[in-house]
Amino acid sequence: MTTTPPLYTSVLPTDVTTWYRAGKTTQFPIGAGATIKYGDKQVAVFYFPRQEKWYACQNLCPHKLENVLGRGLIGEQDGIPKVACPLHKKTFSLTTGENLNGDCPAVAVYPVKVEYDYVYVGFSD
Amino acid sequence: MVGHKFCELFSRHPGRSAFELLVFGEERRPAYDRVHLSEYFANRDADRLSLASAEWYADNGIELRCDESVTAIDHDNKRVSIASGQTHGYDYLVIATGSNAFVPPISGKEKKGVFVYRTIEDLDDIMDYAESIKSREEASATVIGGGLLGLEAAKATMDMGLKSHVVEFADRLMPRQLDERGAAVLKDTLVNLGLGIHCQKNTAQIGGNGSITHLEFTDETQLKTDLLIISAGIRPRDELARQSGIEIGPRGGIIADNQLRTSAPDVFVIGEAALYNGMIYGLVAPGYEMARVALGTIFADEDAGAMPEAIDMSTKLKLIGTDVASFGKVFTKPDEARTIVFNDEVSRVYKRINISNDGKKLLGGILVGDASDYNMLHQIVQNDMPLPPQPEDLILGARGGADAGAGVLDLPDTAVICSCENISKGQMTDFLDSGEAQSVKDLGGCCGAGTGCGGCKPMISDLVDSYLKSQGKVVRNLICEHFPYTRQELRDLIVVKNIRTYDEALDQIGTGNGCESCKPPLASLFATIYMETANPQAAIQDTNDRFLANIQRNGTYSVVPRVAGGEITPRHLIVMGQVAEKYDLYTKITGGQRIDMFGARLEELPFIWEELISAGFESGHAYGKSLRTVKSCVGSTWCRYGMDDAVTFAVELENRYKGLRSPHKLKGGVSGCIRECAEARGKDFGLIAVEGGYNLYVCGNGGARPKHAELLAGPIDKETAVLYLDRMLAFYLRTAAPLVRTAAWLEGLEGGINYLKSVVIDDVLGLNAEFEAEMNGFVAAYKCEWKEAVTTPELRARFQTFVNTDEQDDTLEFVGLRDQKMPKAWA
Repeated sequence: MTTTPPLYTSVLPTDVTTWYRAGKTTQFPIGAGATIKYGDKQVAVFYFPRQEKWYACQNLCPHKLENVLGRGLIGEQDGIPKVACPLHKKTFSLTTGENLNGDCPAVAVYPVKVEYDYVYVGFSD
Repeated sequence: MVGHKFCELFSRHPGRSAFELLVFGEERRPAYDRVHLSEYFANRDADRLSLASAEWYADNGIELRCDESVTAIDHDNKRVSIASGQTHGYDYLVIATGSNAFVPPISGKEKKGVFVYRTIEDLDDIMDYAESIKSREEASATVIGGGLLGLEAAKATMDMGLKSHVVEFADRLMPRQLDERGAAVLKDTLVNLGLGIHCQKNTAQIGGNGSITHLEFTDETQLKTDLLIISAGIRPRDELARQSGIEIGPRGGIIADNQLRTSAPDVFVIGEAALYNGMIYGLVAPGYEMARVALGTIFADEDAGAMPEAIDMSTKLKLIGTDVASFGKVFTKPDEARTIVFNDEVSRVYKRINISNDGKKLLGGILVGDASDYNMLHQIVQNDMPLPPQPEDLILGARGGADAGAGVLDLPDTAVICSCENISKGQMTDFLDSGEAQSVKDLGGCCGAGTGCGGCKPMISDLVDSYLKSQGKVVRNLICEHFPYTRQELRDLIVVKNIRTYDEALDQIGTGNGCESCKPPLASLFATIYMETANPQAAIQDTNDRFLANIQRNGTYSVVPRVAGGEITPRHLIVMGQVAEKYDLYTKITGGQRIDMFGARLEELPFIWEELISAGFESGHAYGKSLRTVKSCVGSTWCRYGMDDAVTFAVELENRYKGLRSPHKLKGGVSGCIRECAEARGKDFGLIAVEGGYNLYVCGNGGARPKHAELLAGPIDKETAVLYLDRMLAFYLRTAAPLVRTAAWLEGLEGGINYLKSVVIDDVLGLNAEFEAEMNGFVAAYKCEWKEAVTTPELRARFQTFVNTDEQDDTLEFVGLRDQKMPKAWA
């Protein structure tokens, strides 16, 4: 019996084999998220303007398995950057992916870098 | 259940490390909630009834062995044997074997289709058999036993679609909880729901050839039936005591003293297997108390206590569509009490209270059809509290407008409010005093109050509200960690400092970097103060406002154009139909008298709206905390009863307030006469045409706690009505906390409707000129945000599913629903 590997697993910056060019920084909203398609994956990318930091995580919310996290409100809780799912407001840390206000499984998080006004998301496949 | 309670209390006991706890269970599952067993019929989900998982036991260092029953006790050597032959030694033994369903010796009971009602396995068997007989003509089920459990089982068979009957040996249903009249009211309600009730029937024989086909009674009558559930009582599981020589009562049950000790040293018994003071207690509350006392005794706690002489058998339950409760001493003789009875055959409500002959104390009572007084009455009995001067007020309510007398604050501090967790009023008020708890939810977190059966929650809520109020504490509803202000304070700060954006707000008056709790309230404030649409600050908008559409459960959106007053031309109906067909949208008419179209992908929204706008539609703001609709009835234009043109007024009002953003949604209604076909009295604002003008009602809400609107003024003319509405809405916008509807806002307003009248009509705050100016400014500044979004390229660019490709989201799945579609169901 063969098992397919999970679609989304967290990637550490040190494990990145492909930096995928997602788009120009101007294509992404400020202080909110947008979604990109990478192969079979849907990945949400967030820009926090006050800290000038970018984050990315799977678009699929583990609560009811809908592809909506990229449309959620972002914010912080005790200094942890987070996104709140637009459907039921489950919040997930954008550094570790863990569910901050419930028992849902964690989301996969991916590294993001910006070079010459282009946004790159790091994958290990 | 009682066994699990013991384990739960053990897991929290400070001295638990001195003990090892080993649990043997005959059933293959860990403990589950038998009280709510009937819920299993709805969903066959055993996990939902589970009280704790096997992991919980492991996490708490308790060894749980399911599907392993103890077969013998050797209390001389303090060892138990289990089925495999293994033996285990103990220092203390607790028997919590519960009871079995009692099956009377009726001939034919071994036939197919005969069941008892106790375990999940029993329920599975019943449901499977019900499936197999459902196709029979007039398939029916019967329950023998008209007590609590029997009636629950009957509800379950009714839910399965079987014609159901209850057979009871006594002369009435629930003979231990209800008197004749109460039982008559209950029977009336149940018969009205289609349940067959047969009292004073003693079953002689279960008839049928291999499977049941009918019951034969001793009075020579018969009842045809295809399925039988026997729920005629419980018999304690005392086999182990019999086997090992531990004393049992003459009719069974393991004898327990007031600290739950049996006749064998260091052997305790709790729950339905215990015979205490000559009785078996089939209720959860006494069982839990036994677990508490037994545990305390084993640990030699100072406050272990003992079982009281008389066990409280008060109980409240929700039966088939009706509430039934009994408390204290239910049946009394004339030489000990006199009764006050309220018997309403029209509403099928029966209330009885027994008052001591000296007129001073409430001894007990019965409630059928309306048990809302139960919590308070139960407390009065338990705490021996004095009666109000008019004792009948206890069940009739205060007539004449005065307070009914005893309230939750009058309870003594020792009154146990949460009996599942044994928490008193004093313990709760201590948490409230120290600030550790400020709400019902907080109390649940501090001490578990209300987290068991939940029956005490209304009383806890009353306590929190009245206690905090009596302490003069105003509970400040702070927005969140980033903005430690109430919404009203936040509003004032924004206005005074002329803060125009969210970032400015964080910099000037907030801390940190914001979150999903403060962005939407600030967005709402900016919208109302600066008359701006959701477009300028899209990133801080809540889910729906962000994309000007209501997100559905699969991430697609719904589209609702405005249909002011519910009036629409045939041409517009056709356009909507064409748009819905073109984009394959699911259509439905809403309660707000307009049409909703579902299933639009994010990137399709601007295109759909473009078509709607060019046909003359505009945004319906169904997605915002905003004005939604003003419903109308046909009124004097067409209706023979109409006193005024309700539709025109509704259209005018909806067009006036469209686009208004508020703490929570606003809905209005206009009815052309007192028959009220627009249901205006259930609305945030409602107008009813009467002789001489309109009556203006405000602060009504639907939702989870419906409330009727209250009369603000009337009869008044339309211009005055609009003036008052402008002022009232502006006042609400300014002072309500986020997500508080007008009904809750009015409830929280000191002085209620009278105060509101004095503000809006008499101008006591001197703010009416400001309010009017704000509203007029708002009306003048209105623009349709969808038109804005569709015609402004930067705004329109927001509406893409993926920013790096035009590909559609291929994970969306729809299934058919009648002639339309819906998203595939969640697993």
